Amino acid sequence: MTWEEMLPLLWPATLETAQMVGWSAVFTLLLGLPLGVALVVFDRNGLRPAPALKSALGFVVNIGRSLPFIVLMIAIIPFTRVVVGTTIGTAAFVVPLTVGAVPFFARLVETALREVGTDVVQAAQAMGASRTTIVRKVLLPEALPGLVAGLTVTVVALIGYSAMAGTLGGGGLGDLAVRYGYQRFETLLMIVTVVLLLVIVQLLQSLGDWVARRLSHK
Amino acid sequence: MIQASGLRKQYGDTVALDGVDLHVREGEIFGVLGQSGAGKSTLLRCVNLLERPTAGTVTVAGQDLTALRDGELNRARQHIGMIHQHFALLSSRTVAGNVAFPLEVMGVPRAERERRVGELLELVGLEGRGKDRPHQLSGGQKQRVGIARALAGNPSVLLSDEATSALDPATTQSILALLKRLNAELGLTILLITHEMNVVKSVCDSVGIMARGRIEESGSIADLIKTPGSRLTREIFLLPEPAPAGSVTLTFTGDPRQPVVSEVVRKFDVDLSILGGSIEDLAGGSVGRLRVALDGADAPAALAYLRGSGLIVEEAA
Ligand SMILES: Nc1ncnc2c1ncn2[C@@H]1O[C@H](COP(=O)(O)OP(=O)(O)O)[C@@H](O)[C@H]1O
Ligand SMILES: [Mg+2]
Repeated sequence: MTWEEMLPLLWPATLETAQMVGWSAVFTLLLGLPLGVALVVFDRNGLRPAPALKSALGFVVNIGRSLPFIVLMIAIIPFTRVVVGTTIGTAAFVVPLTVGAVPFFARLVETALREVGTDVVQAAQAMGASRTTIVRKVLLPEALPGLVAGLTVTVVALIGYSAMAGTLGGGGLGDLAVRYGYQRFETLLMIVTVVLLLVIVQLLQSLGDWVARRLSHK
Repeated sequence: MIQASGLRKQYGDTVALDGVDLHVREGEIFGVLGQSGAGKSTLLRCVNLLERPTAGTVTVAGQDLTALRDGELNRARQHIGMIHQHFALLSSRTVAGNVAFPLEVMGVPRAERERRVGELLELVGLEGRGKDRPHQLSGGQKQRVGIARALAGNPSVLLSDEATSALDPATTQSILALLKRLNAELGLTILLITHEMNVVKSVCDSVGIMARGRIEESGSIADLIKTPGSRLTREIFLLPEPAPAGSVTLTFTGDPRQPVVSEVVRKFDVDLSILGGSIEDLAGGSVGRLRVALDGADAPAALAYLRGSGLIVEEAA
């Protein structure tokens, strides 16, 4: 295969991966952040202790975390059909990717929020701040560098998942590597794809690290 | 100003507070002194209900806090300042942002907030440092930010949880001097807890000595110093206890240069030997304590003379 033959394959595949990962990341952030906050707030030592609720949420998150992604992806096909109306194509795979990444990200959010010292939370309580104020103005801003780091790890994981999703009809770089590199023995394309994925992951990780460092005032 | 009655706090089997009564008068600096684990922090945290007491009531500025619901309690807390051992500043905010935080909580509009933050920073000697981040400040400066933040809501009461324990001695003195100044200038009532006698000596008007969840002795320092056998006096002066048989311990307040001892030796037929003693500068003035042995026929008359001169005379059995 020549570069002229590879480029028309690589470019759309990269865009598909970007779309799948981008949208999944957005939905993961929107769902995982409140879930992570809930895990901390409803904890026995949290702002609004509700141990039963916290256990229930923790249980659901653990199920999501312990299922191998490939199994989860297949298991929720009926759910995907209800949400998107189809089970193939890039859009359809945003659903399993999000479902797979939300519990993962929620745990990272939980960890980041726990890093916030109890002393600042108590100081805010002593000032008469309400629980919502404490979440919005103390917990989230103080944990922001950790949240950014968690999101970076999640996006990198999503790229890995998206490669798997690709093989089941989601398209993208993973799909390309399998179809051409594995099934048609186009070793060069396989190598190029792998290098491309590596570069993307490296860039994202460096960007995430840089942002987290900029936000940290320790 | 602060009245706590019958406070108990249990954590499982641990009794952190075992029936504490506390009365802090308006405009005074009250120190709770005790060793680590005595229950001091628990007591302080019960005063603004960060910790809900298992039993007992807390009244601050005439309001029974234990009777309030969450929203009302939050409003009451906006008028009770608190400072912390490790400062508890938000690293995500600038110095000005930290001081503005309680004002945001109170819903003060932005322009008013900025004006007030400027005033508060000036009050604690940090004018011009508003844009700095807490990590750029020294420990003493961080505590000044903590104090400015605590004063944002014009509190009538300031609670201090070991506010100088993480600071070096010179910085400790400067923070204590600031607290004393705020107490004098703003009429701020301060309840502070500490394990350092030095803090009590430097700034407190009254003290409660705490051990094992109880306040074992409390009152104004001036009164306790005059109370024979008080724990405060024993702990400040560190003379060997119990006093050796036959010795006499003299406590004198006021001008330390009254020549009573030389007078006694001149007027009476006694021999006086000094066994130990020191003069301590307390917030309310100097206090001296001297342990002597008095021998001679006139010893009883000499002791009566000393009593008559306003000294506190304690005779060991
Ligand atoms: N949240 C808590 N849970 C369990 N035990 C506690 C808690 N807070 C304090 N204690 C216990 O209560 C006692 C008094 O603690 P504390 O008020 O912190 O003492 P101090 O401030 O005088 O060092 C200690 O025995 C401590 O272990
Ligand atoms: Mg303590």
